[in-house]
Amino acid sequence: MSIRSRSYDLWLKLFGTGQRDARQTGGGLNRLAVGVLAVALLFVSACASNHRDQPYYEAQDPSAFFPDGKADRPLPPNTVPQGQLRLDEHLYQGTSNGRPVNTFPFPVTAQVLQRGQQQYNAHCVPCHGFAGNGDGMIVRRGYSRPTSYHDERLRNESLSHYYDVIVNGYGAMPSYADQVYPRDRWAIIAYIRALQLSQNANVRDLPAEDQELLNHPPTPAAGDEGEGEEGGH
Amino acid sequence: MPQVFHRSSNSIARLSIIGAAVTAALIGAIVYIVARSPLATGQHVPPAQPVPFSHAHHSGGDGIDCRYCHQSAEYSAVAGVPPTETCVNCHKQIWLNSPNLRPVRESERTGQPIQWVKVHDLPDFVYFNHSIHIKKGVGCSTCHGEVNRMQLTWQVAPLNMGWCVECHSQPERFVRPRSEIYNMQWQPPANQLELGRRLVDEYDIQKKVYCDTCHR
Repeated sequence: MSIRSRSYDLWLKLFGTGQRDARQTGGGLNRLAVGVLAVALLFVSACASNHRDQPYYEAQDPSAFFPDGKADRPLPPNTVPQGQLRLDEHLYQGTSNGRPVNTFPFPVTAQVLQRGQQQYNAHCVPCHGFAGNGDGMIVRRGYSRPTSYHDERLRNESLSHYYDVIVNGYGAMPSYADQVYPRDRWAIIAYIRALQLSQNANVRDLPAEDQELLNHPPTPAAGDEGEGEEGGH
Repeated sequence: MPQVFHRSSNSIARLSIIGAAVTAALIGAIVYIVARSPLATGQHVPPAQPVPFSHAHHSGGDGIDCRYCHQSAEYSAVAGVPPTETCVNCHKQIWLNSPNLRPVRESERTGQPIQWVKVHDLPDFVYFNHSIHIKKGVGCSTCHGEVNRMQLTWQVAPLNMGWCVECHSQPERFVRPRSEIYNMQWQPPANQLELGRRLVDEYDIQKKVYCDTCHR
């Protein structure tokens, strides 16, 4: 924008000079040279502006117009974006008629658990650790240590409690409502339940073939089985 | 009547014709090379930021997943620079007195966002959407490089049209399994073409080399 107007000014100035020169000297050559130069300058300006930076806001652009300095605007009060009515209380509030629930709003499949693992590893692991013991890297750097998921109290908490903590925070933990979306919250809760199970499992609960594997571990020749697990996060 | 031009003028005229062609080609070549050089694309130079944020420390050292801050990459067009609240999640308790974090504390107090400098800025006439690339098996590091080893963040790819089209016309050379999207150190295996062709089929990756794919 500014480049274009600046070159336009220059063009006017040059063109004006050319006219005056032509009147004074009476030569057409001078005017021709200035004309050629002006056209060349227009090309330069076209190259420089090139629509690369158009006068519209991109996501997260700064704005001098709004007092908070952001081009991204918050929702006006008492409005609901299309497709975000969120009437399903179980899915979006984590409760049923305002009371805590201990069921999931959708079936927990292997896929849901996998999603839960990914999301848990992205958002929860920094503090809660990969196994849920509360020894994540940020805790080792000095953040308050969260209660282990394998603690008796947490093992007995309802699913609603976990949903509420993700949305509203708890103690030193801030709200993760903006970072973790509703379906992912439930997937994470399902994975936390799996972690709790993993630390309190009974050998007899395992399928027969896994018990067999535990009693007669394979020889180290099959050494690359551990690597497949790495890709999970 | 004496001759106007000396005999040597013939040679000079011929030479100047060739010379003009050579000069034009040379200027063209220089413009072409410079326009694609890191000088013009802005590669490899970290811009100054209000806070010297290190991906190497946070992601590489502390092992924080890309999605902790850039979760919207999976769902929307933009990966998103996290709001100050995300920094404060941890920094309300650790590194409280660091002078480097003064803008973060200031931003939290006043509610004025930190004005980060955009590192990857596509021209405004280009449409780009992160989520579809992630869904189709394009990993973060394919375009952003090994960000988790960068002390300050810089642009690795030229981000010019030739570079985009390279992948859009031959996706099998670049796509990876979805499980490896956030693995910043992923390297294409020896059988990448074979793997890539399988993934192109499995993820239904279309070549998308029409103008209106990106210029909408």
